[in-house]
Amino acid sequence: MIPGQFVYHRPSSVAEAVGLLASLGEEARPLAGGHSLIPMMKLRMASPEHLVDLGGLADLKGVREEAGSIVIGATTTQAELIKSDLLANRLPIIRETALLIADPQIRTKGTIGGNVANGDPGNDMPGVMQCLAADYVLTSPAGERVVAARDFYQGAYFTALEAGELLTALRVPVPPAGHGFAYEKLKRKVGDYATAAAAVILTMNGGTVATCSIALTNVAPTPLFAEAASRLVVGTSLDAATVKAAAEAAKAIADPATDGRGTAEYRREMAGVMVARALAKAESRAKGT
Amino acid sequence: MDMSEIDTIPVTVTVNGRKVQRFVEPRTLLIHFLREELNLTGAHIGCETSHCGACTVEIDGQSVKSCTMFAVQADGSAVTTVEGLANPDGTLHALQEGFRQMHGLQCGYCTPGMLMRAKVLLSENPDPTEAEIRHGIAGNLCRCTGYQNIVKAIQYAAAKLNGREFQEAAE
Repeated sequence: MIPGQFVYHRPSSVAEAVGLLASLGEEARPLAGGHSLIPMMKLRMASPEHLVDLGGLADLKGVREEAGSIVIGATTTQAELIKSDLLANRLPIIRETALLIADPQIRTKGTIGGNVANGDPGNDMPGVMQCLAADYVLTSPAGERVVAARDFYQGAYFTALEAGELLTALRVPVPPAGHGFAYEKLKRKVGDYATAAAAVILTMNGGTVATCSIALTNVAPTPLFAEAASRLVVGTSLDAATVKAAAEAAKAIADPATDGRGTAEYRREMAGVMVARALAKAESRAKGT
Repeated sequence: MDMSEIDTIPVTVTVNGRKVQRFVEPRTLLIHFLREELNLTGAHIGCETSHCGACTVEIDGQSVKSCTMFAVQADGSAVTTVEGLANPDGTLHALQEGFRQMHGLQCGYCTPGMLMRAKVLLSENPDPTEAEIRHGIAGNLCRCTGYQNIVKAIQYAAAKLNGREFQEAAE
């Protein structure tokens, strides 16, 4: 399988990259890790006339702390996320999730920016970013704008990203130290997309949940922030009835397709199971048990 | 656009310690560059969809599936293929020896990818547990041996590189 022909551009700055993307318009695609785009090009399901390679842009790489947030450059790879001590300390859910994405070789190349910007409902980081209330920084020749992860996804492969815009960074608010977290992903095999997955971030005050955020992966055309389920849990001790109610609330917003991973009914049920498991693990971590 | 006008562009890569330059079409995949331009046919083309890992090579110390990367993206990099794995004196690398001693292959199709993936795995984690080996080669598929002997082969190499004699776990 050989991709179609294209003109290759290797910009030396972010400004040059967004300038190219803006002037070339719909016929151009940015190339980061390439592990979504290149397979699509080999299948001729994508045939961009221009590729703008972001590989040489050091400004788009790295993880740093900035005023209560962690800023992650868009071309930071999954392998780099896994190795980041800053993320391991401050946002351990990101490491936990990255380790569940694909396999070691693919994590060497695959980037967090590609994972969240591509709009593939099977990708894991979009749901996690909705759970964390992250913001995406979108850059164009006109400047930067910020779109919340919870507002970014419009449908499968449709996002708020306009032609000529590049997602350059993610800004993730840091949850309080000692927060509970979990990303529970049901999959058929290593490297598979989720049959259903759930992300949870919560804080406890004594035995009571003080704050909670729940999001779902791959059970709808977009990731889903499970707002009602999240709210339901706050103020409770996560007793069995509450966990069941939260799982039901999450299932109520899931709209999975029947596919090779299971029927819609099964995948919706599994969304509830993943929520229950993620809540239990996050609670146990928040309590330090 | 008239695609016949697309220029080839220069790619300079150090492959198995030797610096090479070629002019390639941008769409040339690294696996095709290695096999067809450089005649290094050790890395195999398997699934072509980044699942099987038969095309795995080492680039700047990391494992990459060379079927899912353009040669132009490797410009300026150091690439090691299975042809560059043996010791400089021509003796087998500990991993090659391990695959031979432990019967870590049958048809051999996945072997170059397994070897190159295992090399990076052991550079990052010189003494992995069995579970760490199995997770470490999760991106490499073998359809013959069922992995048992591949895991043993990597354990053999880890032991040798750590100056120990390999002890097979009791079955």
